[in-house]
Amino acid sequence: MENRLRILRAERAWSQQDLAERIEVSRQSVNAIETGKYDPSLPLAFRIAELFDQPIEEIFVSPSRRSSKAI
Amino acid sequence: MIARTPAWKRYNLRVIWLSLFYAVFLIAAVYGFKHQLVPDALKYVVAILPALPIIGIFGAIGRYLVEEQDEYVRMLMVRQTLWASGFALSLATAWGFLESFDLVGHADGYYVVIAWYFGLGVGGIVNKLTLGDGGC
Repeated sequence: MENRLRILRAERAWSQQDLAERIEVSRQSVNAIETGKYDPSLPLAFRIAELFDQPIEEIFVSPSRRSSKAI
Repeated sequence: MIARTPAWKRYNLRVIWLSLFYAVFLIAAVYGFKHQLVPDALKYVVAILPALPIIGIFGAIGRYLVEEQDEYVRMLMVRQTLWASGFALSLATAWGFLESFDLVGHADGYYVVIAWYFGLGVGGIVNKLTLGDGGC
């Protein structure tokens, strides 16, 4: 799933490891989410959203909205 | 390779202990049968002893999947075990038919476990190839 995680992390000058520790997952998990290879569960998505103090949809791009924009 | 989470470290420790038990039980069983030290009444028990730690390792994998808090890392292990199961079952099925038609020799059933562990390695490679760095 497309997302703004890398941008949000870069804005705070956090490494993947820094973010991983904050949301209590492995660095590999952060990498997989950032590159869109893994879609986090709802609880993890909420943890990420709460950390950045933003709604989930501001961080993760809805696949259905993305495809409707393309049309 | 799975990320070194606390659950993974506990899993590794369990596997090390179970492997030690396996080595001890196997050596004891082979020695006992070779030197005819095992009474008839205990033969089935002694013969099954080396299998118990191996079964325990399957239990350790199940426990790891329950204990692992990192959902992505847990998914990687699930994928690996699915690959391992598919690989071992496919190999056992193919070998079984080849054996039925007398094209290959008999293979003892526990070779399936070796194939399964090999399949875990295959699953790890698939994770790496399909998920890159995220595949650990």
